Amino acid sequence: MSSDAVGDETPRVTHTGGMAGKSDGQGPADRIIDVPGLQALVDRLIARGYTVIGPTVQSGAIVNAAITSVEELPQGWGDDQDAGHYRLRRRDDEALFGYASGAQSAKPVFFPTEEVLWRGRRTQEGFTVEPDDSAGRDAPYALLGVRSCDLSAIGIHDVVLTGRVHGDVAYAARRAAAFVVAVTCSDPGGTCFCVSMGTGPRPEQGRGAPYDLSLTELLNGGPHRFVVEVASERGADVLDEIGAGPAPAEDVVAGDAVAEEADARMGRHVDTDGLKELLYAAADSPVWDDVATRCLACGNCTAVCPTCFCTSVEDVTDLTGDLAGRTRVWDSCFDADYSWIHGGTVRATTKARYRQWMTHKLGSWIDQFGMSGCVGCGRCVTWCPAAIDITAEAAALRAAAEPDERDAGTLP
Amino acid sequence: MAKPKLAVWKFASCDGCQLTLLNCEDELLPLAGQVEIAYFPEATRAVVEGPYDVSLVEGSITTADDLERIQQVRAASRRLITIGACATAGGIQALRNFADVEEFRSVVYAHPEYVETLDRSTPIAAHVPVDFELRGCPIDKHQLLEVLAAEIQGRAPRISSHSVCFECKRRGNVCVTVAHGTPCLGPVTQAGCGALCPSYDRGCYGCFGPQNTPNTASLTTRLRVHGMDEGQVLRVFRTFNAASEVFLRASERHETARTSEEVTP
Ligand code: SF4
Ligand code: SF4
Ligand code: SF4
Ligand code: SF4
Ligand code: SF4
Repeated sequence: MSSDAVGDETPRVTHTGGMAGKSDGQGPADRIIDVPGLQALVDRLIARGYTVIGPTVQSGAIVNAAITSVEELPQGWGDDQDAGHYRLRRRDDEALFGYASGAQSAKPVFFPTEEVLWRGRRTQEGFTVEPDDSAGRDAPYALLGVRSCDLSAIGIHDVVLTGRVHGDVAYAARRAAAFVVAVTCSDPGGTCFCVSMGTGPRPEQGRGAPYDLSLTELLNGGPHRFVVEVASERGADVLDEIGAGPAPAEDVVAGDAVAEEADARMGRHVDTDGLKELLYAAADSPVWDDVATRCLACGNCTAVCPTCFCTSVEDVTDLTGDLAGRTRVWDSCFDADYSWIHGGTVRATTKARYRQWMTHKLGSWIDQFGMSGCVGCGRCVTWCPAAIDITAEAAALRAAAEPDERDAGTLP
Repeated sequence: MAKPKLAVWKFASCDGCQLTLLNCEDELLPLAGQVEIAYFPEATRAVVEGPYDVSLVEGSITTADDLERIQQVRAASRRLITIGACATAGGIQALRNFADVEEFRSVVYAHPEYVETLDRSTPIAAHVPVDFELRGCPIDKHQLLEVLAAEIQGRAPRISSHSVCFECKRRGNVCVTVAHGTPCLGPVTQAGCGALCPSYDRGCYGCFGPQNTPNTASLTTRLRVHGMDEGQVLRVFRTFNAASEVFLRASERHETARTSEEVTP
């Protein structure tokens, strides 16, 4: 981290919504950058001490990784996504962001799969806990190309992980130090349903986590370029440093059109009307038995979900017993051990675990945190090896419940 | 406090799991500081008399002699831990359970009369009580050290029984099934290897046996979607853990299915 780095910047983790911005149309005017301008942006962020994390192609998928050059971005790649199915495909243009949600969200960056909580050592007198100066030591990160659905997911994690009595200090440190460059989706995936969940496809200030800049990629009517929405002061500073000029009015209009077209091309849809109540009333629905015949209880859905936050702590000792430690690791309600209490596993069946997952995501999360636990990114659908589709299961629950509700007179 | 006495026993096996212990180069000295290695023919000819505090048992029961010897090992051991797919499930040699041992004994060996063997390969737990089973073909070094550390300190070992997918995602792998269409046993297999094969873009072979809530019927449907025929499905469940109950039932379903597939053109 260089000396002019981000240390002097005010921590920005917020539980109360976005920063003052231009959601009212009164913020700073949009800017324009071309592909060399995007490289200049990356260079400036690196010079400011950030590790820039952006989309790359790895093992046949879009995978976030540290980058230094725009040449590492997935130029000309798109994706085909369906339940249990993901394939990269060549686009007929040179778009840098022409795909939908990748294999993982920002979750592993801010909330790593494993995190040491403390280490301790046996001493003559007893036991010392080694001072932990590691919280978020790997920061600061600049995230490039964050999708609108994932911004909402980060906003949810900010509430869940920092808003509780004992907040996650390492998470908070990483978030406070982070610079976020969002991107408008131009080509939603076959499993995307952000429109149903009200989270996308274009980043909006005040919705989800705050961001610094938001790019909308334009490929036609001029050179390959990006309309840049400025959403923070330091975002404006960085653009000033690279000499990004104001966006021409027709480019701003073209950017709006990209978002509007994406809006109309969602791969999936969820009817959220009364969904929480529907789920609460469906605890004994036969739909759970049906999905349990297909569900592998493998936990992939919770691992790729950008909002799932469940963990367990693992206590370890070395062979001598002189060194002990506690590590927080990702866990999942699909693991039998996850609901193990003295005497046994509470959710012993796959049926109970799938019901827990879906009821939590789409229902009880609302009572717990005041928002849905699903942002519609589609990852759990795409990356389920059994091709189970949460949107189809939600529709099946609704279909199964409707005759009953008619009988009960709660529906017309 | 006297150091606990450790013994390592071998039954029908390839020695790979014992080698995992020998391969713990950096940890062998600290281990030797914590336990007395009392019986470990692979490593030392010195033999300390039993009884032993902890016995690691590798290999499956395949001979009449094994049947007696495992009783003696159990009687001489305060704690008995089985290591590896042979000891916990019967191993690859349990493929004999699906075949006619008499027939291949006479075909394979020049002097079949010298070969004394049972017609089935069975796990240790089928014969004596076992205190802990450590899975894998071979076992994982870190898991073995964790089990030994837990034994020495009298705590529960931190060994998960969830699917390989948990480890695969924690490692940041791209799923080979979803992104490449490669059949993978990870969703029904117990973690422990660190998702080794998917990390090299291969499907999981199921070396660690079934996870705690395996759904082999659903996985089979997916294996078929990804292009495996019944015979291939049968074979993926018939490897190192072929005789584990869950994989056994999964493969048997395909034996019937395959037979009917062959009959019905
Ligand atoms: S539940 Fe599925 S679609 Fe919703 S946020 Fe999680 S992974 Fe994305
Ligand atoms: S769905 Fe399961 S893993 Fe995800 S947050 Fe809820 S309980 Fe945790
Ligand atoms: S769900 Fe919406 S915001 Fe997320 S990747 Fe798909 S189109 Fe983009
Ligand atoms: S829904 Fe799919 S990804 Fe989730 S546990 Fe079941 S099989 Fe695995
Ligand atoms: S590659 Fe195999 S082990 Fe890894 S997530 Fe996919 S199905 Fe599971």
